[in-house]
Amino acid sequence: MISLAGRDIMHSWGKFVFTGAGLGLLIGVTLSMAGIYRGMVDDAKVLLGNSGADLWVVQKDTLGPYAEPSSIYDDTWRGIRGMPGVARTANVTYLTMQVRQGERDVRAMISGVTAGEPGTPGWPSYLVAGRQITRGHYEAVADVAAGFKLGERIGIRRNSYTVVGLTRRMVSSSGDPMVFIPLKDAQEAQFLKDNDAILQQRRRAAVNPAFNRPGVPGLLDAVIASQSTNPYVNAVLVQVASGHDAEEVAASIRRWKRLTVYTSGQMEEILVGKLIATSAKQIGMFLVILSIVSAAIVAFIIYTLTLGKIREIAVLKLIGTRNRTIAGLIMQQAVALGMIGFVVGKITATLVMAPIFPKYVLLEPLDSVKGFVAVVVICVISSIIAIRAALKVDPAEAIGG
Amino acid sequence: MTGAGIRIEGLRKRYGSGDTAVDALKQVDMQVFPGEVVGLIGPSGSGKSTLLKCLGAVIEPTAGRMILDDEVIYDDGWKVKDLRALRRDSIGFIFQAPYLISFLDVTDNIALLPMLAGKPNAEARGQALDLLKALDVEHRAKAMPPQLSGGEQQRVAIARGLVNRPPVILADEPTAPLDSERALAVIRILNEMARRYETAIIVVTHDEKIIPTFKRIYHIRDGVTYEEAGQGLEF
Ligand SMILES: Nc1ncnc2c1ncn2[C@@H]1O[C@H](COP(=O)(O)OP(=O)(O)OP(=O)(O)O)[C@@H](O)[C@H]1O
Ligand SMILES: [Mg+2]
Repeated sequence: MISLAGRDIMHSWGKFVFTGAGLGLLIGVTLSMAGIYRGMVDDAKVLLGNSGADLWVVQKDTLGPYAEPSSIYDDTWRGIRGMPGVARTANVTYLTMQVRQGERDVRAMISGVTAGEPGTPGWPSYLVAGRQITRGHYEAVADVAAGFKLGERIGIRRNSYTVVGLTRRMVSSSGDPMVFIPLKDAQEAQFLKDNDAILQQRRRAAVNPAFNRPGVPGLLDAVIASQSTNPYVNAVLVQVASGHDAEEVAASIRRWKRLTVYTSGQMEEILVGKLIATSAKQIGMFLVILSIVSAAIVAFIIYTLTLGKIREIAVLKLIGTRNRTIAGLIMQQAVALGMIGFVVGKITATLVMAPIFPKYVLLEPLDSVKGFVAVVVICVISSIIAIRAALKVDPAEAIGG
Repeated sequence: MTGAGIRIEGLRKRYGSGDTAVDALKQVDMQVFPGEVVGLIGPSGSGKSTLLKCLGAVIEPTAGRMILDDEVIYDDGWKVKDLRALRRDSIGFIFQAPYLISFLDVTDNIALLPMLAGKPNAEARGQALDLLKALDVEHRAKAMPPQLSGGEQQRVAIARGLVNRPPVILADEPTAPLDSERALAVIRILNEMARRYETAIIVVTHDEKIIPTFKRIYHIRDGVTYEEAGQGLEF
């Protein structure tokens, strides 16, 4: 027996290829959407992994520092450093803002890192070019996704920084590239008021008789100095000493310091479960819509192709073709359409969408397999309408009036 | 093969019921022997298509008997279970518009029938090619149906009707789209095939060009058949 479906496809291959390609673009978008979600999850894991921290110490009862604002004193780390099981601590700040690069500006997550050597928590763990920050001010290490070049000057608030190093795949959970700068600078960027506000504050302090006492020289200067320092950071990153359990160390910090502490597992849950949950829902909704649209396209095309073959189907039935064979003919065509679509979609997602999409797109083989199964299932289901129409065809129609 | 052709006794067909019932066939008696080509002639609405559909086992008659090759296939009800197999193996169809499958080439249009009956592809194609040769269209064996002329299409359709060696072939206006020369050629082929394959062929026609060629003619009027000797002209 010959394959009727195969012959029909060969005969009208143009229709199949064009429809398949159109369907393929939809499938490509679908696969990319799944890839974007996977990419976000992976970005979150990379963000956590590269921070080099085992524990995140944040303001009490906040989900900081990524999901909620958190601010703690920048000397909190001293107390934590002394606790059993703590190997290293480091202050860190995170602030997403616009970074100027010449005429344009780039949205980036600025991370302030403490001075130290590579391996200090919060430091980018590896560079693709250049070097780490070595000076206490005005140097920056940026992710390549920001588009900065080594030696370039970038502006963060009122200061400008020289890009000395480049990282890869260091992005925030919303996909913004990270820019690392010295902690002091970052604190200033995050908490510094504008000149007018500082002047106003100084003026007010100066006219306040409580601060400006004739008998106490230096009081006003001390007050003004204390007002203009920024003794806050967003979190303290903690490395647990080997041989100690992260959860136990976290529990003791919680007990003694009245702070909230997250292990990397909990942090991942916050990032994936809370921070990107909304995006995940949106992507899920898109996947559902795209599946429905694809199903509608397949159903419509297969139905139209079948209606165009009604006469042939009547003849096939008249000469004794089984209903099963006719249903198989239609279903195989639907599946063939889906396969063409899947191949085109996979190629589009891999070669076109993933490279140009302004976000990390992680195409997991397992997602492709699931996608393929979904496409086949959708095609089989979509062919049901056409199959019903074909089975209703009366072989007497072939004889005519 | 020496079958007994087809015999129809007291066949009746009523469409619908109650007030709207139409008695399309009231009293049909026919017998066509193997090797014979008979004409079935009647005015519009007389029941010709209805009769073909009953014989072709695509609609069910209301009463009567149909005997195909000594096997009772209908006796106030179907006597064979698998009508699909009956159509495939025992009845050949040739239509006015030679309904060929547009996505199969000429050979496979014909070979499809033996394939459906379970023959291996090569054997089925061999049978198809033999018939194409007999009908003088083997040079078009690889062509697609739309590339054929009307006469070639009709010959391919005849080959398809013959390929499973059915004891009976039903032809509905097989010469309507052809000029008289080609129409006569088709009738000549049908006569030849009927003799060669011992097939009983019923040709429904209005075509004045071919009516004189039948030796025997059944007239049908208001669902009743009358037998009549034809001119049986040699041509
Ligand atoms: N499906 C049907 N339902 C009801 N009545 C029908 C049906 N098919 C045919 N008839 C009626 O049965 C009668 C015979 O119809 P049939 O089609 O057999 O005629 P015919 O001889 O083939 O005519 P023509 O030469 O015009 O094709 C007509 O009166 C027709 O209206
Ligand atoms: Mg008719």
